[in-house]
Amino acid sequence: MDQFAVKVFVRLRPSVLDPAGEATKSASIKLGAEGIKSLRIGKMIEVKIEGNGENEVRDKIDLLCDRLFANTVIEDYEYSLEKL
Amino acid sequence: MDNFTVGVVVFPGSNCDRDVSWALEGCLDIRTKYLWHESSDLSDVDSIVLPGGFSYGDYLRCGAIARFSPLINALDEFVKSGKRVLGICNGFQILTESGFLPGALVANKNLHFICDDVELDIISSKGGWFNNRDEKQTIKLPIAHGEGRYHCDSDTFKKLVDNELIALRYKNNPNGSSYDIAGITNEKGNVLGLMPHPERACDETIGGTDGLFTLKSLILK
Repeated sequence: MDQFAVKVFVRLRPSVLDPAGEATKSASIKLGAEGIKSLRIGKMIEVKIEGNGENEVRDKIDLLCDRLFANTVIEDYEYSLEKL
Repeated sequence: MDNFTVGVVVFPGSNCDRDVSWALEGCLDIRTKYLWHESSDLSDVDSIVLPGGFSYGDYLRCGAIARFSPLINALDEFVKSGKRVLGICNGFQILTESGFLPGALVANKNLHFICDDVELDIISSKGGWFNNRDEKQTIKLPIAHGEGRYHCDSDTFKKLVDNELIALRYKNNPNGSSYDIAGITNEKGNVLGLMPHPERACDETIGGTDGLFTLKSLILK
């Protein structure tokens, strides 16, 4: 069995308004940060998972992302995978 | 209708289950039975309410974890058999997360948790959930949510309109919902999801009775 560290990034789709991102952008500007064109908030999920090789683990992570971690009606996901 | 029983689902974090039960039993004399989310036996109940609250702490996304409970797995057969399911607030979120209804519910546009009475236009009475007699009718129901902004893409919206699946629209959209949508049904009409709380509008002493019709329609065959 190989073990992998996976980082999943879940983001609201560009077409979905992100009010939390807008509020944070507004606070960033009040802080004095200049030049912020856009600020959107997502989630990062870290998973340690074992399986027989990268392909099997990718299949598991794809299922998790598609069915649980993200709601694909409103969110996109991507992930990076590192063998431990 | 002597033995007709409405199942009221209880998730860890549900907090409107007792209100729904009170409204059905106390105001409408309809028998209820609490259904623990771990149960997958729905044989004792004739229709089901998914009440409001914060199932599983609303972790990940509202309704995302509840979707995997044994009860929601069993709901598929129940819905296919034509029995009626009403999802209120968090119940609506669970119904969209689990794919019984299209679209999704996301954080209110102004990020506020909004607790207010809202005016709603009845757009369709598909499934008999609303009393849409003739002309455009308006009802007033309470809302209480932080993540009630209905979102769908334009293709889904077209499908909702073409099939008369939009049940309710906000008169003055409080949360930024796409197309002012407050409640929708499935194509068959036996599943309704809505953000407003009909169970909180079942007695004049608490401000109105516009929710009675919807709860009463749970006993329609």
